[in-house]
Amino acid sequence: MVEPIRVDPVSRRTVLKGIAGAAGLVSIPAIITACSTTPASTAPSAAPTSAASVPAATPGASAPPASTAVGTLSIGSYHTDPGEPQGQAAVNEAFTAATGILTKTNIVDHGTFQNQISNYLGGTPETAYTWFSGFRMKFFAEKGLSAPIDDVWAKVKGNFSEGFAQSVVGNDGKVYGIPVDYYPWAVFYRKSLFAEKGYTTPATWDDLKALCTKMQSDGLVPIAFGDLDGWPAMGTFDILNLRLNGYDFHVGLMAGKEKWTDPKVTAVFQKWAEILPFHAKDYAGLKWTDAATTLLNKKSGMYLLGLFMSGVFSETKKPEDLADLDFFAFPTLGTQYDDEAALDAPIDTWQIAAKSPNLAAEMDAAKAYLEFWSKGSTQSLFFKHQPGFIPTANDADTSTYTDLQKKAVEVVGKAKRITQFLDRDTRSDFAGPQGMQGFLQQFLKAPTGDLAALQKSIQAFWDQLPPL
Amino acid sequence: MSGPAPSNASAPPGPSLSGADIVPAHRRRYSVLTRRDKTMMALMVGIPTLLCLFFIWFPTVVSFGLSFTNWQGYTALTGKNIIGLKNYEYLFTSYPFFWPAVWHNILWLLTFVFIATPIGIFLAVLLDREMRGTRIYQSAFFIPVVLSLAVIGFIWQLQYTSQGFINSVLGRTGQEDVIDWLGNPSLNLWAVLVAASWRHVGYVMVLYLAGLKSVDPTLREAAAIDGANARQTFFRVVFPVMKPINIVIVVVTVIESLRAFDIVYIINQGKNGLELLSVLITNNSIGEARLLGFGSAIAVVLLVISLVPIVIFLTRTMREEAA
Repeated sequence: MVEPIRVDPVSRRTVLKGIAGAAGLVSIPAIITACSTTPASTAPSAAPTSAASVPAATPGASAPPASTAVGTLSIGSYHTDPGEPQGQAAVNEAFTAATGILTKTNIVDHGTFQNQISNYLGGTPETAYTWFSGFRMKFFAEKGLSAPIDDVWAKVKGNFSEGFAQSVVGNDGKVYGIPVDYYPWAVFYRKSLFAEKGYTTPATWDDLKALCTKMQSDGLVPIAFGDLDGWPAMGTFDILNLRLNGYDFHVGLMAGKEKWTDPKVTAVFQKWAEILPFHAKDYAGLKWTDAATTLLNKKSGMYLLGLFMSGVFSETKKPEDLADLDFFAFPTLGTQYDDEAALDAPIDTWQIAAKSPNLAAEMDAAKAYLEFWSKGSTQSLFFKHQPGFIPTANDADTSTYTDLQKKAVEVVGKAKRITQFLDRDTRSDFAGPQGMQGFLQQFLKAPTGDLAALQKSIQAFWDQLPPL
Repeated sequence: MSGPAPSNASAPPGPSLSGADIVPAHRRRYSVLTRRDKTMMALMVGIPTLLCLFFIWFPTVVSFGLSFTNWQGYTALTGKNIIGLKNYEYLFTSYPFFWPAVWHNILWLLTFVFIATPIGIFLAVLLDREMRGTRIYQSAFFIPVVLSLAVIGFIWQLQYTSQGFINSVLGRTGQEDVIDWLGNPSLNLWAVLVAASWRHVGYVMVLYLAGLKSVDPTLREAAAIDGANARQTFFRVVFPVMKPINIVIVVVTVIESLRAFDIVYIINQGKNGLELLSVLITNNSIGEARLLGFGSAIAVVLLVISLVPIVIFLTRTMREEAA
């Protein structure tokens, strides 16, 4: 009881270290909650600060003819990839010149914009903003965060094909966005390799398998594949699902109206298992860029991916590489859905944020801006800076298109139905790394394993998600 | 106050009246502490307490509460969001990535405790012998600790990719015999553990080396005179003397294994054989997924797991201090 203070610095230090360590551990959930709850209150300030970091991209205030000035418009954009800020600036300048409306643009890094989207739209968003189409558009439309634009659409719909029109309709039948660009998913190959070995592009499933076998005997990897990031496998699932079960089933499945335990899903996995032996063996450790490089180096024969993969071919700085790249639409599977010629072609849109603080004042300007984006001339202006995104408007200037881009237009034009991509067509909390990406990797690990059990666990994951 | 008799006995002598019948309203209490001292003490205790409450207890309690909901943060939290134990039920019975993650965390811990940490200690003992070039070796082993984990992840990715350094050296880059270090789910955890251990070894080495320097050299001398060989000197004399440092190292090792996150997240966001609890928490609750309730439930599980070593450690330390 009367023991004097014990001087034992080492052990006291030990205790302090232990406590510090304990604090570190306890705060793991703390950080998580902090990260996930605080943005809700700080969202308004989050957006403007990031604008300051891209000053070059806020050119909107170029002086318009004073007599025609009819207001201002705030714009939220995720166009930060190379060339895109310049494209955004060029479009905004043209818009101001044409209408006299001043623009004020807030450009946020694409990934950040996507991660923050729900906080952004629920906070104080800009009036016009960039976003996806399909389910991810419908999701926010249903939450009342995106404003319907049927009146604009009525004016401009003649400039879009049916597939694009479908992609911007919300669950309530109203239109919520203007489609402005897209990039199709297809099977890419090198023309010179096919010519050299005497291959022809396969039109049917049997052709494809025969070609794969031939390539294998020629020492090639028939189908390049890189699924380190988890999402590329979704492209294969999508196209097989579309060919086997059709567009409506895809949409229903992604929206939770169909069940993942459906035998139709089993059929997709079984079909996939037939060609899996022809895929690159080391797919699970490869990024899509690595896989595309094997196509570039003629080590593999074909590659199912989006048009953006052409970037790997243009990066070589040898024009002949890019000129040698070609693609074909995924072969038919002999079902009634072959006629749909459906494919994944993620479409980007412009929309109006319902919670914008300036909505009332800027509504007309925003509608004029969306209408402006629906013109081929506007989209071509952007396309000049970002050639990976193909314009959606029928009257877009196609004279500058490369063969590859012309073909992309053709294949999408033939499609009666366009889907967005598995992770754009479904809830984002379902499609993540420890969600659908992980499930597909489980399938890839054991393609001939217990599919029923896998499908059951996918459905169980869906069922425990909070109601939308 | 109701039983004044015994207290009187020990009351300080002086002119004070019996405490039983008079309440001393202005009784002056003598204290060695001035008012300023007291204010200082209040501040020094109060501020850390508030910080601790705000940054540790508040979020912990909130996480715990959220784990019983399916809240996603789109709308205000209402009674409808409360779903009881469903998150835990799904987690323990059906979520296919949970048990692998727990198992991977355990493997991580075992590897650190039985392989990485002993190697670090061994290196420290070697470097403590003042051999030539000790400082160069020290720096070399410590560099991984200085590097950020993002850089470490990048470095090891270059080593491990299918056409990377390791496969090239092994001559296993062909399509048929390629070793998929990062993609093969039964291999990639070990590949990553090598990278993580590479860093942990340096960390432990530096901690232990600092401890060894503080060991009284006369102890070794005495041991040597008594005829102990190097091995005996270390295990019978030095190691027991180093007990406080040993405890620090155990704690550091446990913490490092439970909070493992960075390398795995950089490589493939913790999929396909690299699941860890920390990764499950992040991917489920941050970003677009926003399953805040479900993520919190996993966080609570990790907290409970973390509490086990912490409680053992604290009770041991406190018992020693009391003794």
